[in-house]
Amino acid sequence: MKLRLHVWRQAGPSVAGAFETYDAPDVSPDMSFLEMLDVVNERLMEAGNEPIAFDHDCREGICGMCGLMINGLAHGPRAMTTVCQLHMREFADGEELWIEPWRATAFPVRRDLSVDRGALDRIIQAGGFVGVATGNAPEANSIPIGKEAIENAMDAAACIGCGACVAACPNASASLFTAAKITHLGLLPQGQPERYRRALRMVEQMDLEHFGGCSLFGECMEACPKGISIDTITRMNRDFLVASATAEQERQVRGD
Amino acid sequence: MKLDSRIPAGPLAEKWDRARFEYRLVNPANKRKYNVIMVGSGLAGAAGAASLAELGYNVKCFCFQDSPRRAHSIAAQGGINAAKNYQNDGDSIWRLFYDTVKGGDFRAREANVYRLAQLSVNIIDQCVAQGVPFAREYGGLLTNRSFGGAQVSRTFYARGQTGQQLLLGAYQALEKEIAKGQVQMFTRAEMMELIVVDGRARGIVVRNETTGNIEAHTADVVILATGGYGNVFYLSTNAKGCNVTATWRAHRKGAAFGNPCFTQIHPTCIPASGEHQSKLTLMSESLRNDGRVWVPKAKGDKRPPGEIPEGERDYYLERKYPSFGNLSPRDIASRAAKEVCDEGRGVGPSGLGVYLDFADAIARLGEDKIAERYGNLFEMYERITGENPYKVPMRIYPAVHYTMGGLWVDYNLMSTIPGLFVAGEANFSDHGANRLGASALMQGLADGYFILPYSVGNYLASVKPEKLGDDHPDVRAAVSAVRDRIATLLGTKGKRTVASFHRELGDLMWNYCGMARSRAGLEEALRRIPALREEFWRNVTVPGSGESVNVALEHAGRVVDFLELAELMCKDALHREESCGGHFRTEHQTPDGEAMRNDSEFAYVAGWEWKGDGAWELHTEPLHFENVQLSTRSYK
Amino acid sequence: MIARFWQSSVGKKIVMGVTGVIMVAFLVVHVGGNLQLFLGREVFNKYSAILHTSEEALWLVRIILIVSVVLHVIAAYQLTMRDRAARPIPYAKREPQASTLASRFMRVGGVIILAFIPIHILNFTTGDLHPEFARGDVYGNVIFAFRDWPLLSAFYIAAMVFVGLHVYHGAWAMLRTLGIAKPSPRPMERTLVTALAWFIAVGFMLLPLAVVSGLVR
Ligand SMILES: Cc1cc2nc3c(=O)[nH]c(=O)nc-3n(C[C@H](O)[C@H](O)[C@H](O)COP(=O)(O)OP(=O)(O)OC[C@H]3O[C@@H](n4cnc5c(N)ncnc54)[C@H](O)[C@@H]3O)c2cc1C
Ligand code: HEM
Ligand code: HEM
Ligand code: SF4
Ligand code: F3S
Ligand code: FES
Repeated sequence: MKLRLHVWRQAGPSVAGAFETYDAPDVSPDMSFLEMLDVVNERLMEAGNEPIAFDHDCREGICGMCGLMINGLAHGPRAMTTVCQLHMREFADGEELWIEPWRATAFPVRRDLSVDRGALDRIIQAGGFVGVATGNAPEANSIPIGKEAIENAMDAAACIGCGACVAACPNASASLFTAAKITHLGLLPQGQPERYRRALRMVEQMDLEHFGGCSLFGECMEACPKGISIDTITRMNRDFLVASATAEQERQVRGD
Repeated sequence: MKLDSRIPAGPLAEKWDRARFEYRLVNPANKRKYNVIMVGSGLAGAAGAASLAELGYNVKCFCFQDSPRRAHSIAAQGGINAAKNYQNDGDSIWRLFYDTVKGGDFRAREANVYRLAQLSVNIIDQCVAQGVPFAREYGGLLTNRSFGGAQVSRTFYARGQTGQQLLLGAYQALEKEIAKGQVQMFTRAEMMELIVVDGRARGIVVRNETTGNIEAHTADVVILATGGYGNVFYLSTNAKGCNVTATWRAHRKGAAFGNPCFTQIHPTCIPASGEHQSKLTLMSESLRNDGRVWVPKAKGDKRPPGEIPEGERDYYLERKYPSFGNLSPRDIASRAAKEVCDEGRGVGPSGLGVYLDFADAIARLGEDKIAERYGNLFEMYERITGENPYKVPMRIYPAVHYTMGGLWVDYNLMSTIPGLFVAGEANFSDHGANRLGASALMQGLADGYFILPYSVGNYLASVKPEKLGDDHPDVRAAVSAVRDRIATLLGTKGKRTVASFHRELGDLMWNYCGMARSRAGLEEALRRIPALREEFWRNVTVPGSGESVNVALEHAGRVVDFLELAELMCKDALHREESCGGHFRTEHQTPDGEAMRNDSEFAYVAGWEWKGDGAWELHTEPLHFENVQLSTRSYK
Repeated sequence: MIARFWQSSVGKKIVMGVTGVIMVAFLVVHVGGNLQLFLGREVFNKYSAILHTSEEALWLVRIILIVSVVLHVIAAYQLTMRDRAARPIPYAKREPQASTLASRFMRVGGVIILAFIPIHILNFTTGDLHPEFARGDVYGNVIFAFRDWPLLSAFYIAAMVFVGLHVYHGAWAMLRTLGIAKPSPRPMERTLVTALAWFIAVGFMLLPLAVVSGLVR
């Protein structure tokens, strides 16, 4: 097959970018999308040009490193599929594709299609953990957890931190990402002691990072390669509300 | 150089206790005066960095991805072993120890493996406390499955995403320490050189992959947890960024490389679909529980599988290994697949594939049951190949999966360079010549959570905390070595891309140092690798500059080191005149094609010392088996 | 603490949700009241008179509503600004995949409702915009306005479309913002809320429609 690609090229974070057009002849339907870009890059480099920078690592849909917009769709057209797992048979011969980076103030472009998603790590730093130090753990089976709870927690824990939810959200909100972690830990007994302070702090950090708010558009859920549900956002909001209502306690705990 | 394993005296079961007691302690008030560098944020790195930070050391942690959460450990699917004996099926620390030593074909240290089995129990406790959602029974307690042919159910799992969940647990612990300021995290930072001062590892040189800056970081101790080097084969199940650069640079600075030729090849991967193939995808081994492996009996039979009658199919695993059949161990299943393909009976467009057929299982159990068991895997297969495995048999082929070799370390995980510790897949490890399923995660976490915090402390207690300035001559020399290397790569302006060299190197290694190795093949490889390396330095093209994001340059830096490592792997494979575990020398097999170990001559760890371009000196660490009987594996 | 709550995007959203509930509740009552028009001049005017029996109670309700609208609008404005700033460069190509039309019209609809409210009050409550305003004869006021002023009817009907859309998304979103909604395999689906939106939109529209069509005179 043959494709025409309009790829966002941007030399660095502080320079303006623009689309450039490349023809990709002899694309095999068995290639993954990133392999198709590899081939385009090989050709660019053979001619002494700089390759298109894009992020990727595992190419198995689990590390969350890859991510780009294809015709405005985060990770491309196939549901529940990261772009590294997207194969060219999803496209028609002769198609034109617009390929862009995740666009959000919180995700500055490093180069071309590669963005800086450090903001997501900082949201986790704000409270996305259980505060146990190594060596403190009680015997694993001393805390029974119902199957239902563990399955629901696992559903939320499946988030790969790719940022597609932010990219797809018209508000560039990181709510789905943040809520997924709050839900994973909030459903487990281990996560209870820090449940409410976690919600307060992670939400606060999300705002500090210049993500938008959630208007419940639901685009994030559609784009999420792991099918994280917006039900997690409901839960985040509830925890935030309860946390705010019991703020006095929280302040006492902090001692300020 | 002497390879002193520093195994504590005393009975096997008491060695670790004894070591911990004998370790010197750092006064709590002094801990913050020590700086620790941790390279890598996988299971070993993240767990180690978090645990050391919790103790009060100042930790700097580095990874090349944009977040520590993306380390390759994330991709592990199957599970993690632990001798909890929750299933009451007779498991014990001793049994896990025994299985691991035997599975490794008797090329691992007894003491290390025993400690690993002991610590496995604590790992599960730790991970559960962090909120890792391991699978559970309705009663709320943890469940297990049997994995990789083990006779007991000791594998803990979180759906097909065990590595992800374990890594997220460690990552979250790490982020908690970052928030406290106890760990400083450097992402998109590629370690390109080790700094050794007065014989001690004192720092690293990294390239900031965003700005292109070359930065020196110094500390009192350096830990490498940088994963495996399977990508020397170009195509492997490893993530694209996996590299040997960190460990190779340490090797060049004096760290012995242990058993470099020990690589594990996994039998159930999706075959390559063409030239463009960039990596191979593992399909969980559990598929072999219900799938039957076969190829046509006749050579070059190009009929679609459905049209090949039962009588013209060769279920070769069931035929050759009647008692284990489709569940034969990884190395055996892999080699058998290669054999039938070499005979010209392989399937698929490339002829490099065998069928994994679920028709019988579907007929027996129904499509629903199969979907329940393997739905996700079938979906993944369909996504990648566009074929529906409920209707057409899957095609699978072996692929490089794990490297048992790595930097040699003593019982305390310290390499032959004082102050340089190595953890996780990066060290030559506790797996001997073959790793059992679900035990790499266990090892990475044991190293990170439970060994490094003590053994690194012991080392630090013996040295005074001191700062090393950026203008120290050894630091400056290391920085300029990196600068020069980058300048040469950018300045060569040849005709061939980095990837084309990598692919050629990979082909060469796969053909000559892959599943079956022969003297003639290895010698051929040893002739061709230096020539390829020479051409690389003469004819590589790396467009762009060093001052910004340059993906070609990142790749080039890694291929430089693979080109040297490849030669050592072949040398090691050539010297090891035996077949053991993942290392199969065609000269050393029984008449019916089984591996033949040579315990009298090769029951040792090969530790190679770098002696300058293309020259190495072999040192050996003899292995003593006092608690298990050396025996020959048999899966007939 | 209240400042911290208000500063947070989720906090603001919760304020919008709470004020939204208040306003929805008002609208439900209002529709119910309005539909009494069909019971004739007497009933309708009596209903209005009852509402006006206690000035204190009336003002209490009014203040609650005014505060609600003000908070709701300020929060909406600030969130909208935050959301815009979060995505300064738009995508070259992007088609919505999952979001409902209603959700995408929240801001436009909000502005229309905001414009509607003063016109509406000047029209029916103070009578400043109503040439034939007769205090006490609400029935007459309504009939006159919609009968002799087709443009006003059209504006009302159009505004009610947006009110309906606003409630369709708003009431569903509120259940999630306030953390009330139960987890569901298809969280985007809504049934009760759809009925509520139809009830409010159509309920209001019936008045101008009935008058214009001559059904009520
Ligand atoms: C597909 C797949 C499935 C697997 N399934 C299982 C399983 O089910 N059970 C099991 O036990 N094992 C499994 N394994 C093996 C296991 O996942 C790995 O061996 C283990 O996770 C390695 O962990 P690690 O911490 O040593 O290294 P990694 O997780 O590979 O981490 C390496 C770290 O080092 C950093 N790094 C590397 N090089 C540099 C550099 N030059 N500069 C700076 N940073 C660097 C990386 O950024 C990364 O953070 C599987 C492996 C694969 C490939
Ligand atoms: C007065 C002018 C109004 C404006 C400018 C306005 C604007 C908005 C906007 C922009 C939103 C979406 C906010 C977001 O999700 O980011 C919203 C939500 C909402 N609005 Fe309004 N609105 C107005 C009036 C009303 C009225 C009259 C009602 C009552 C029916 C109402 C009920 C709601 C509800 C329930 C929500 C959902 C809040 C949530 O998600 O919790 N609004 N409004
Ligand atoms: C076709 C639609 C509508 C009709 C016919 C209508 C009719 C009326 C009438 C007749 C009154 C005066 C009642 C009285 O003074 O006794 C009134 C008051 C009012 N209406 Fe409506 N209304 C409509 C829609 C709306 C909508 C959509 C809103 C809100 C967004 C609204 C908000 C109000 C308010 C705030 C008052 C003033 C109450 C007061 O303070 O006295 N109305 N309406
Ligand atoms: S919630 Fe989904 S889309 Fe968002 S980061 Fe996680 S996996 Fe990616
Ligand atoms: S698309 Fe955006 S508005 Fe909320 S529901 Fe998803 S984060
Ligand atoms: S590259 Fe890892 S998820 Fe796509």
